[in-house]
Order: sequence, then structure tokens, then C-alpha cells
Amino acid sequence: MTKPIVITGVSLYGEEAADIVIAKGEIASLSAADAPSGAVIVDGSGLVALPGLVDPHTHLREPGREDAETIETGSRSAAAGGYVAVHAMANTTPVADTAGVVEQVWRRGREVGLVDVFPLGAVTVGLKGERLAELGAMAQSDAHVRMFSDDGMCVSDPVLMRRALEYVKTFDGIIAQHAQDPRLTEGSQMHEGAVSASLGLAGWPAVAEESIIARDILLAEHVGSRIHVLHLSTARSVDIVRWGKSRGVKVTAEATPHHILLTDESARGYDARFKVNPPLRPESDVEAVRAGLVDGTIDVIGTDHAPHPDEDKDGEWAASAFGMIGLETSLGVVQKTLVDTGRLTWRDVARLMSEAPARLCQFEGHGRPLAVGEPANITLVDPKRAWVVDPRGTASRSHNSPFGGIEMPGTVVGTILRGAVTHAHPAFGGLGK
Amino acid sequence: MKHLLSTADLTRDEALHILDTAQEMAKTQEREVRKLPTLRGKTVVNLFFEDSTRTRISFEVAAKRLSADVINFSAKGSSVSKGESLKDTALTLEAMGSDGIVIRHSASGAAERLATSGWIQGSVVNAGDGTHQHPTQALLDAFTIRRHLGERSDSTGLDGLTVTLVGDILHSRVARSNIHLLTTLGASVVLVAPPTLLPIGVETWPVRVAHTLDEALDAFDIDALMMLRIQLERMSGGGAAFFPSPAEYSRLLGLDAARLARLPSHAIIMHPGPMNRGLEISAEAADSPRSVIVEQVSNGVAVRMAVLYLLLAGEAEL
Amino acid sequence: MTGAVMDAPDMARALTRIAHEILERNGGASGIVLLGIPTRGLPLAKRLAARIAAVEPGFDAEACTGAIDITMYRDDLRRQPTRSIGETTLPQAGIDDEVVVLVDDVFHTGRTVRAALDAVKDVGRPRSVQLAVLVDRGHRELPIRADYVGKNLPTAQAEKVRVMLDEIDGEDAVVIERPDAGGEG
Repeated sequence: MTKPIVITGVSLYGEEAADIVIAKGEIASLSAADAPSGAVIVDGSGLVALPGLVDPHTHLREPGREDAETIETGSRSAAAGGYVAVHAMANTTPVADTAGVVEQVWRRGREVGLVDVFPLGAVTVGLKGERLAELGAMAQSDAHVRMFSDDGMCVSDPVLMRRALEYVKTFDGIIAQHAQDPRLTEGSQMHEGAVSASLGLAGWPAVAEESIIARDILLAEHVGSRIHVLHLSTARSVDIVRWGKSRGVKVTAEATPHHILLTDESARGYDARFKVNPPLRPESDVEAVRAGLVDGTIDVIGTDHAPHPDEDKDGEWAASAFGMIGLETSLGVVQKTLVDTGRLTWRDVARLMSEAPARLCQFEGHGRPLAVGEPANITLVDPKRAWVVDPRGTASRSHNSPFGGIEMPGTVVGTILRGAVTHAHPAFGGLGK
Repeated sequence: MKHLLSTADLTRDEALHILDTAQEMAKTQEREVRKLPTLRGKTVVNLFFEDSTRTRISFEVAAKRLSADVINFSAKGSSVSKGESLKDTALTLEAMGSDGIVIRHSASGAAERLATSGWIQGSVVNAGDGTHQHPTQALLDAFTIRRHLGERSDSTGLDGLTVTLVGDILHSRVARSNIHLLTTLGASVVLVAPPTLLPIGVETWPVRVAHTLDEALDAFDIDALMMLRIQLERMSGGGAAFFPSPAEYSRLLGLDAARLARLPSHAIIMHPGPMNRGLEISAEAADSPRSVIVEQVSNGVAVRMAVLYLLLAGEAEL
Repeated sequence: MTGAVMDAPDMARALTRIAHEILERNGGASGIVLLGIPTRGLPLAKRLAARIAAVEPGFDAEACTGAIDITMYRDDLRRQPTRSIGETTLPQAGIDDEVVVLVDDVFHTGRTVRAALDAVKDVGRPRSVQLAVLVDRGHRELPIRADYVGKNLPTAQAEKVRVMLDEIDGEDAVVIERPDAGGEG
């Protein structure tokens, strides 16, 4: 039984200060006067309390690539980044395309117990884009899958996509699309533009993403279904989603931290830590994605945490894997690019990184208000404790962070899942033990 | 200069220094004794992940003429040419002791990774990396142009000359290297290619563009015409659709006798080889007195001697 | 401090004497080729050739003078930043079976001359090779001696001997620069 915790003088959502009294896994009171005897009392002055962060897009690699990440190391990394729940993508080995695999992931997440691990299911068998996986069986499994995605691969066949969009209405499911026209991106290595031209790396044209998003919005409208766009990365993608929303289509979209901080210029030097899919884009796209987060066109921030062992990242660019880790740097990047620049408030951050993803992914008990009677899922941020990213200093088993050497303005000092402390920064005494 | 990775890294003075050095090297190659003791005791490794007998031999001859020991390391093969193996190969070569590595690789940026990842101490010469750069080819091209047309330039470089590159600019490391170097040396560059074989963003490059060879012949006073090799296998088949057919390519972009006749009388014809006779260049053009294609090959040895000398002869840079 | 040890007239006299010594030793100018070691050996070779031509009208100064660059034959290449390669120009007729007189400004350790001998061997097979220098400052590190010396100049190892030539430096002079010259002028 975890001890009751009282966090005094903490700023809720970066706004008014309150005390948070946590007992029996819930927020028992917002006044220290109600603290039960024997409670651990922690000074929260100067800290910001947010509803526990929810990552709608994580690659935990287990089963199959435990050399890159396991559910345990990934959970630890998530907790260190302030997350209380993660959505585990289906591109494992074997692929999470059956009830058996999704239940295995879900159970292992519960055993580890650091974050709630909710698996997505694959849309098509083996992510091959040929025939639908047993979506209903995954939905009815213990893992209770509601979102399906072939992430890593695009469901490019329009007929298959249409059927998937229709079929998941049975159980109020949603298809999350990795928008990448495969024919337009054969052998693609980085964003197609001036930088790819000078580096001699095969281009990944923005239109390969945009054309699929446009098609899927039209398909969703046609069949009256929902569609979620993963890691949208270009200005026109933002425009197209905005247009879809204005038509009343049930479209939601995600942006990643790396697409709002880094540009395709990072590829100069051929350091494959900057190789990711969709690729880093030019500044004009980066700014458009930020603007899309600010104006509400983009609904959620997902890390697309994609661990790879060193040997998959330290060779030639073309031979290296796509993807970068990001669970422990996401809040820092968001604070740096959007909060400290005055474009978003902490309340907006709570919406983009907790409330909206929890609602989108249908994670019960997550993304709830910081209010009495709610589950005690809380992320504590010290917005003034700056730190410099050391890719080796992560809880993840992999070190492929693109943010090495970059200063993050704030630090996650504590993560609480249903009243239990899952992460406590060493500098933040009291909470740890 | 520690490495030669890209012509984009060369200042005008550095480029001219290489060309001037190559000129002296070329003179030594006219002697009876063509070997120099300069790099005695140095080891040069030719690390070729991709087949290129011509380039490898050219570097081998250059290194041997300077008395360096040459090790040919051919690492072609799908498993060896991937990922980690570049690092392992580099560490192996480092352990054996090499002063310079000449690397040819199918992946763009491989030479830069080798030079900057901390795996090796020695110098790296890029002998062609994917579709990125092939700096010694551009240097030998500039050297050849200067030899033939230097008197027409208003400087010791190539100012005032117009050099036209024809063909697959998109996939050509020769084109990328040449565009940087020629521009640095003051030449004006014209690219001739169908829009499908020009990179997105070409409008930001310091070049002028034409889409057919006739259009370029009409619009520009061409001093040197460089025909690039077309890699047929990846051009029109398999849905790649860069151009409809080899015949149509020849019709729009091939250098034949009629187009040859339209060039100014002093203009030279170049090709990095190996040629597809009858596709990008006709036999009449390739064998005409204005063709300097064979001379490009011998100039390649002098230029590579110069590069190896400049990188390897001096004290190791820290 | 810096001290001039030869001025223009001194140098002119020394070169004239060397020219005569060359003719005397070789019984005339026939078969003589003067090869200057860049940078300052080359103008000295040309001056010597002009003086020889002045006394031997049959001697074609232009055709019998050249330059031999020794950069690529040096034994200290790897101890210094890469040096630029100088020019090598040989008489049209080559040097086979000729008497090559190597000309340099300062004769010091002998290593430059050693490199020059190697360079000469690679461009032909002369009948003999002789050495003419404007200044011999001693401190030989190899068993090499000069055949013609303009001036013997005892120096300390730390001193520097600088030869200035009108063609390159705008004046003729030989000066010794001492390391304690410092910034005091």
C-alpha cells in the first residue's frame, strides 16, 4: 500500500497554486489541511502539476527486438518523461495483429506497472497491406484495442483503407494512418528539397504524405468514419487536416516533438540519428506544424519514440534505420518551442499531451482533471530546471536521440500513476522514498 | 586539408592549388622514370564497396607513382556493404595502420561518415559516394578543361568559360561535384536534362538549365560539353519512368555528328566513362579530335597524385 | 639583431668568380647545364649562366639553364605541413651526359642537395654533377661538399641566413638574423 502524498503549493496547470493530497490512488483533496497522518509531504512550490502525460504513439519493440527496447525499459523511459500511459505500436515481431500478441503486450505492461501500456492492433495481417487483421478479436480481447494502425507502413490500398474505416465502426474503433504513398517514396531517405539534392540522398516528397491524408479524409467522409493522422509533418498536411475539419469530417491529427524542433538541415553530416520517417522537414513546414498545434488543427502530441540499437544507426545513412527515441525529451521540446515562446499555456500542454490523447485513444482514467476524486495520475514539472540532453543518460535501452547536446528548459521531476510514484528526479527530495 | 570529401568544401585557392600541383605531377609522368619517392613508407588503402575498376586503378597508379604502399580492399557484397560493417572495416584498417583511405561506396555520405566518426586517424579521399560526390573526377575534369581552354579564361581559374553537363543530373555524383567545383573556379554551368532527371531544388543552384541539347546549343556558347553516363537499367524500366525510351533520350539529349558540328570550333567533348556509345554519345563524337575523353583518364592519375600528395605528404594534422 | 654580411657588389663579385671557376674546372662551357633549386637557386643559376655566356659566346644561357624542384624528394616532408611543389623545367635537350651544376643560395645541412641529387637521377643521367652555392654556412649533416662557394659564413646553429635577390625580393643582400633579434628592431 503506497503512502499518502501531499504536494504543497504546486501550480495546477501552471495557474493557481494548490496542495494536492493523494490517498488511495486518488486526489483526495486540494488542501494540505486534509492531509492524512503519516503522509509524505513534498514541497511543490515552483512546480507545475499536469494531468499525467499520455503518449498516443510509442514503439516498445517487445516482442521481437528486445535488443532495442523492452516493455520494461520503455516503461521506465516513459515514466521518466512524465508519462503514465503509452500506446504501443503494432510493428513488433511478431506483428501485433492477433488477440494473442496484443494481450501479451498488455499483460507485460501490467506486470511492469510503471505506465499503463495499451497496445494498438495492426490494420492488416503482418502490416503487409494485403488483408485485414482480425480487428474484432483484438477489440474484444483483454487488451481492449480501440485504435488500429500499420504504423511504419501505410495502408496504401484505397479499398483496404475504406473497408478498415468502415469495419471498425462496429466497436467504435479508429484507424490511425501512417501517411506515406509507397510508390512516391521508394528508397526515400530524407525530405525531398534543396538539402536532399545537395546531399545526394533520395528524396521523400511532402506530397507522398499529403496525398494520402487528403485521400483518407475523403474516404472517412464518404463512409462516415473517423480517421486519425499520425505524425503529420508538412504545411500542406496541416492545411488539408484543417480543411477536413472545416467540412465536419471526424479527422484528428498528431505531431511529434522532433517535427516541431528539427529541420532537414540536420541531415548534413549524414548522422543517421536524424533519419526518421516521415523525415525532418524545412523550417517552413516546422513552423506550420507548430502553428497547427497552436490553432488546434493538430489534436495531440505523440513521441513516435522509436528505439534502435547503435549498430542500426552508426553506419551509412541509407543503411541505417528510421526513427528516434523521444519519451524523455518530449515535454522539454514542447516547453522550449511552444510554452517558453508564449504560444501555448501549460493548460494547452495538458490538453495536447494528456487529455486529448487519452480521449482519442479511449484510455479510461487518463487525461482527467486535477480535481478531487479523480485518479491520481500526475506529472510534476520544474519549468526552470534546465538540462542538456545526453543520449546515453536515458532509461531507454537505445540511445538514438536527435537532441543530444540540446538544452531543455524544464525537467519532469515526478510522475505519479494512481498514487504511486513511478519516477522521481534525484533533485526532487521526498518524493523518491 | 585533412580529407577530400566534397568539392563543396574546397575554396578557390585550395582548388587551384590542387590543379597547380597536378600540373607538376603531370610533368613527372612524362619522364622516363615516373616514380617519385614522396610517399615512401605511407600506406594507402583502396576501400571499394562498389565495383569501379577504372577509378581504383587510377588511384592505385597514383599512389604507386608516389611510392606509397597500396592495399586494395574490395568489400563489395550485400552483407559487407551494410551498416556496422563500414565501422568494422574502418577499425580493421586502422588497426593495420593506414595513412590514407580511398573509399568508394554506394551510399551517399559514406566517405564523410568514415572521416568524421572517430573510427580512423588517417585521411579520407572520397572516390565516389552514392549519388553525392566524386571530387577527384571533378578535379580531373577541371584540370582537363584548364589545359585545353585555360587561355580563353580571364584568370588562372575557369572564369569566362561555359561548361555544359548533359544527362542524369539527379543521380550523378559527377554532376554534383562538377557544379560546385566549376562554379568555385568561376565557370558558368549549364545543365541539360529532362525535368525528371533534375533534382527538386535545382533552381537554388548556381546553374542555368535547358531540357534538350538543341535548346542548349541554341542558347549558350559552349566551351566544354560533358556528356554523363546514362544508367539504362534504372531509367525507363520498372515504372521508374525517367524517360520513355533510350531512342527518345538519344533524340533529345544525345550528342551526334550534327550536334557536334554546331559546337564552336574550340569546344571540347568530355565524358567521365564508361560510355554508352550510341545512347548519350555517338561514335563520331566520342572519337572526334575534339574529344578529350582518353586524356581525362591520364589526367586522372596526375590529379589523384596531387590529392594524395597534399593529403598525405605533410605532418599529420592534429 | 640583424647584420648584412654581403651587399650587392659582394654578391656580383662572388657570382662572377664562380662563373669563372666553373669554366676553368670544366675546360670551357661545353656540356654545362645549370639547374637552380627553387626558389632562390633559380635566379642565381640564370645570373651564372649570363656571366658564362658573357665570356663564352657559344654558350646559350637560355637553353642551358633550368630548375629542379626537390620538394617531393625531401626527407622531412612528414615533419612539416605539406609544401607546395615548385616548378621543374629542364633544358630542351635534357641532361643526359651533360655536366649538371646545381645552384642554390644557402648551403647548410646538405639535405636539400641530397634531395636534389635524387631528383636529378630521376630526370636523366648526367656525366657529372657539381654544386655551386652563394653562401656556405656550415653545420653539414650529410657527407656532401660544394664545388663552388661564394662566401663561407661561419654561423651559430640558431641563426638564420637570408639571401635576398633583386628578382624576388627587390634587392641583393645576404643577412644573418639572430634569434635574439626579438621585437626591438
